[in-house]
Amino acid sequence: MSYSNKVIDHYENPRNVGALDKNDPHVGTGMVGAPSCGDVMKLQIKVGDNGVIEDAKFKTYGCGSAIASSSLVTEWLKGKSLDEAKTIKNSQIADELELPPVKIHCSVLAEDAIKAAIADYQAKHGK
Amino acid sequence: MKIKLPIYLDNSATTKIDPRVLAKMLPYLTDDFGNPASRSHSFGWTAEAAVENARQQVADTVGCDSKEIIWTSGATESINLALKGAAEFYQEKGKHLITVKTEHKATLDTMRELERIGFEVTYLSPETNGLIDIAKFAAAIRPDTIIASVMFVNNEIGVIQDISAIGQLCREKGIIFHVDAAQAIGKVDFSLSDLNVDLMSFSAHKAYGPKGIGALYVRRKPRVRLLPLIHGGGHERGFRSGTLPAHQIVGMGEAFAIAKAEMALELPKLKYLQNKLLTGLQAIPEIYVNGDLEHRVPQNLNVSFNFVEGESLMMAIKDIAVSSGSACTSASLEPSYVLRAIGRNDELAHSSIRFSIGRFNTEEEIDYTIKLLQEKVAKLRELSPLWEMFQDGIDVENFQWDSHDTQRDVILH
Ligand SMILES: Cc1ncc(COP(=O)(O)O)c(C=O)c1O
Repeated sequence: MSYSNKVIDHYENPRNVGALDKNDPHVGTGMVGAPSCGDVMKLQIKVGDNGVIEDAKFKTYGCGSAIASSSLVTEWLKGKSLDEAKTIKNSQIADELELPPVKIHCSVLAEDAIKAAIADYQAKHGK
Repeated sequence: MKIKLPIYLDNSATTKIDPRVLAKMLPYLTDDFGNPASRSHSFGWTAEAAVENARQQVADTVGCDSKEIIWTSGATESINLALKGAAEFYQEKGKHLITVKTEHKATLDTMRELERIGFEVTYLSPETNGLIDIAKFAAAIRPDTIIASVMFVNNEIGVIQDISAIGQLCREKGIIFHVDAAQAIGKVDFSLSDLNVDLMSFSAHKAYGPKGIGALYVRRKPRVRLLPLIHGGGHERGFRSGTLPAHQIVGMGEAFAIAKAEMALELPKLKYLQNKLLTGLQAIPEIYVNGDLEHRVPQNLNVSFNFVEGESLMMAIKDIAVSSGSACTSASLEPSYVLRAIGRNDELAHSSIRFSIGRFNTEEEIDYTIKLLQEKVAKLRELSPLWEMFQDGIDVENFQWDSHDTQRDVILH
């Protein structure tokens, strides 16, 4: 398996690894995938009162491309409104990381993780 | 001493040719290039003498008569010749064969082919330690069982089967017994004179010899009959036609002779390094050794690292050359069928690493490997949501994962 330099960079120096308090009303948590499928992504966002994502953290069990996809989206999410965040598409992630076809599912999972984190945040706020 | 990277720890896949073996081979590629079948001049006689000397070396190593050794292109061909050749010859006696789910593909695929042409095959499940329960083996025997095939040493998990006991049972029942001994040379002290084995397959490149050469042992007393697979000039008493590659054969003979002569010194060294590696890896929590530790060759250690994913682990340890039970590193999608057969779940099968230590590995290399694994596994677990859940006391294996559809989400509160 040959990886692009961008995947290797994110894999070796993952950005925003960690956890936020999932009980904090400002935090939305999304966890997608399953161990038996080889990938699990946990993505957390912290949303300010103005509706802008202030912080994002991830943990990923998966291949180098899965780690890179989730690391990349934490960078992209910061400073975006929830509506802007919802427009992030897996194809953008795949293009940015130059993922080969067999790794496209990693970018799909990252998009799903964003949606799940937003849904969790919105559920906490009765939306 | 500076360590040269990557470190080769994949000696069950193949081994580096021993320089002493190479030195013996070279003349047969240059001045002594004759065809061993040429009877009319000294080029042929020289090559033939070298081939017969090598045959004697192999026979001495495995404890049989040199007339019982047939040259082939490797263990894969030996296994094909043994199973197909015997099944065809003895098919009037019965149509049933027995083997084990953890055999090498050379055996399993040959069995599939025999099924396709009308034979019936029982694939026994080993116990969770990788070993066969003799009672279960005995129970699988039918009146029409003609052949059983069991590997001496498993290539993935290194466990050693009780060939002596299985052989005795087969002999009592009149079943032809074939043993794949590709991984056993230089690692298990045995002699065919003590075993009730009828056919045994060997390969040179797993024992510091060249690739592309192997041998099949065919017992003469009581005599075992085979139909050949490859027809032609009637070489190897008609069992396997084709001009003999004298240089390869000389290499195999020398490699086997060295393996026998040095085994008493080499095994304790391998055992020491294996123990060292095991102790070092056991400092990492949540690791699982695959396969029995006692009935195991000292060159193999197969370990699963829980809560890290196999492909990212392989990526993290590029400095060492090892094999993985992960599907991502091979062409297939299934994780190791051997680990599945001994009851490992997919995650543990995916995160398994086979370390196979060899003649040329040093203690410094093992130290480096231990340090690398300790660091990288810790780093990947820092990244792993499963490790976080485990630390929080959540039962990760029985958690309600949404495993079929990644579009739907599992949300943890
Ligand atoms: C147990 C076992 N049997 C058979 C083989 C096939 O051997 P060869 O490469 O000589 O065909 C191998 C090697 O891959 C092996 O490990």
